[in-house]
Amino acid sequence: MPAFVLSRILQALPVMLAVAFIAFTLFTFVGDPIATMLGQEFSVAQRDALVAALGLDQPVPVQFLRFIGNALRGEFGLSYRLSRPVSALIAERAPATLELAFCASVVALVVGLPAGVYTGLYPRSIVSRAFLTFSLVGVSLPTFLIGSLLILVFSVWLGWLPSFGRGDTVQLGWWSTGFLTASGLKALILPSITLGLFQLTLILRLVRSEMLEVMRSDYVKFARARGLRDSAIHFGHALRNTLVPVITIVGLQLGSIIAFSIVTETVFQWPGMGLLFIQSVSSADIPVMAAYLLLISAVFVTINLVVDLLYYAVDPRLRAGGGH
Amino acid sequence: MGAIARAWSRSWDSDIAYAFRHSPTAVISAMVALVCIVGAVAAPVLAPYNPFDLASLDLMDAFNPPAFMEEGSMAHPIGTDDQGRDVLSAIMYGARMSLFVGVSATAFALLLGVLLGLLAGYAGGTVDAVLMRIADVQLTFPNILIALLVDGVARAALPRDLHDQIAVYVVIFAIGISDWPRFARTVRGSAMVERNKEYVLAARVIGIGPARIMLTHVLPNVLGPLLVLATLNLGLAIISEATLSFLGVGLPQTQPSLGTLIRIGNDFLFSGEWWITVFPGVALIAMVLSVNLLGDWLRDALNPRLR
Repeated sequence: MPAFVLSRILQALPVMLAVAFIAFTLFTFVGDPIATMLGQEFSVAQRDALVAALGLDQPVPVQFLRFIGNALRGEFGLSYRLSRPVSALIAERAPATLELAFCASVVALVVGLPAGVYTGLYPRSIVSRAFLTFSLVGVSLPTFLIGSLLILVFSVWLGWLPSFGRGDTVQLGWWSTGFLTASGLKALILPSITLGLFQLTLILRLVRSEMLEVMRSDYVKFARARGLRDSAIHFGHALRNTLVPVITIVGLQLGSIIAFSIVTETVFQWPGMGLLFIQSVSSADIPVMAAYLLLISAVFVTINLVVDLLYYAVDPRLRAGGGH
Repeated sequence: MGAIARAWSRSWDSDIAYAFRHSPTAVISAMVALVCIVGAVAAPVLAPYNPFDLASLDLMDAFNPPAFMEEGSMAHPIGTDDQGRDVLSAIMYGARMSLFVGVSATAFALLLGVLLGLLAGYAGGTVDAVLMRIADVQLTFPNILIALLVDGVARAALPRDLHDQIAVYVVIFAIGISDWPRFARTVRGSAMVERNKEYVLAARVIGIGPARIMLTHVLPNVLGPLLVLATLNLGLAIISEATLSFLGVGLPQTQPSLGTLIRIGNDFLFSGEWWITVFPGVALIAMVLSVNLLGDWLRDALNPRLR
């Protein structure tokens, strides 16, 4: 076990270093931070002082190490666009994105799992066909279009739900939550559906194909021969064995949800990290881009690591077979 | 004449054509895709108006609803936008842009993926390890994130007016570079299998160079899977481009694609002018869905195990 964990962590490290190097390259060589920070008029002495303060006179490897050191302490300098510390900006926006990602995952699981089980058990029923058609459309529809159409129907035509922002939020320490107010909860509905729909269809199709496969297996036939009730076979035997790949995919998709929230947040003007990132891209705000890149990579790498370890915990074959 | 007729009857009787004729999904999606492609490519000829011709725009025509609604007219069958542009014409020109970027980005990804995949599969060793490691890392991240990042870097590195001039190529590059690993992996796997076969060995013995072996012996073996991947990738690339343009970091407003049109229309959702968004959206879905369905069908049709 420790060797397996160690090898996985050792595999994750170079990825993070590579991403850090890309972020560092962006940070150092794209654009001119001195010109950006000093503005129009400055003396040579001022310029030299700033160069020394930022460490730009050091050799590149030293700068890179210093960049990593700063990144580990969460320091990414000032945003060119907003002139505020990047870390503060991200901390302020993170709760909005995380709450949205959480709700989207819940939507995807709560609808996708039962629908997948049903379509797997009764593949020929009309309801199943409807679900499958719906999932095909869900995969082909771009996220932003789903968001726009939901806004059109539920905000503009029916007027039931808000179309932008988080509604009223409550401040719990540094965490601002929309879970505690009625308007905050209402504001979550449309963005969560928009963001969760793709994962929903993914889970539905995955659970369906796994169920179809498991229901053909010998041990399910045997369970039936033993005279077990249908519900015991379906849920006790079949569903249980489909859950391993489902856990993997749901876990791996969590990173995608956070990344794809860029689009959803833009459609709904949701004040999260994704909106911050897209605003930084369009105004070439390198420090924010670099920080977001590193943060998202850290999330992805951590999730991959956790999923690998979960696999190890769930699948006994990996333990017996030496961990490969 | 006889040769053409014979070639026609041979391709009409081939397995793939037979499978095509007997799949309603394939026939219908091919027809929809054909309509989209012809409408897009021939937009300057077929479109009722030229949306870029400022002289023909009349603000009095702005916000005309589609013909089937009250106050709509047949002059603009699906209405006009905020500047009096005919939505149908704008969609045709927009689809042309979307298709151009999608096809170019896919071609770029295909070319890069095939070259790097052949290189990795044939050379093996360190080259292979490095290339595949890069591909692995890239596959961990969603395409759209990589495309966004490349676009953002280009925006920061290039002077503003230069960036606006070459924005289309920046987007093509950004999407293409985010899509190459899948092509590379497919080609690499097959190159590794073929490399050790006896006919390749024979070819090498008679002194044929590695580049020629790759192109004439290994590449033909992967054409089927590559075609499927490219078709499915086209749909994804069109969506990626639309997403970038929707986010406001893709094509400039002077060269609108379907994504740009949807973004512009979004501003008018609340005042009730839904047709400015919905019709470009429908066009986008029709194009992507038909291409995806064709790709799915092609994958099954080329898979001998499913026959």
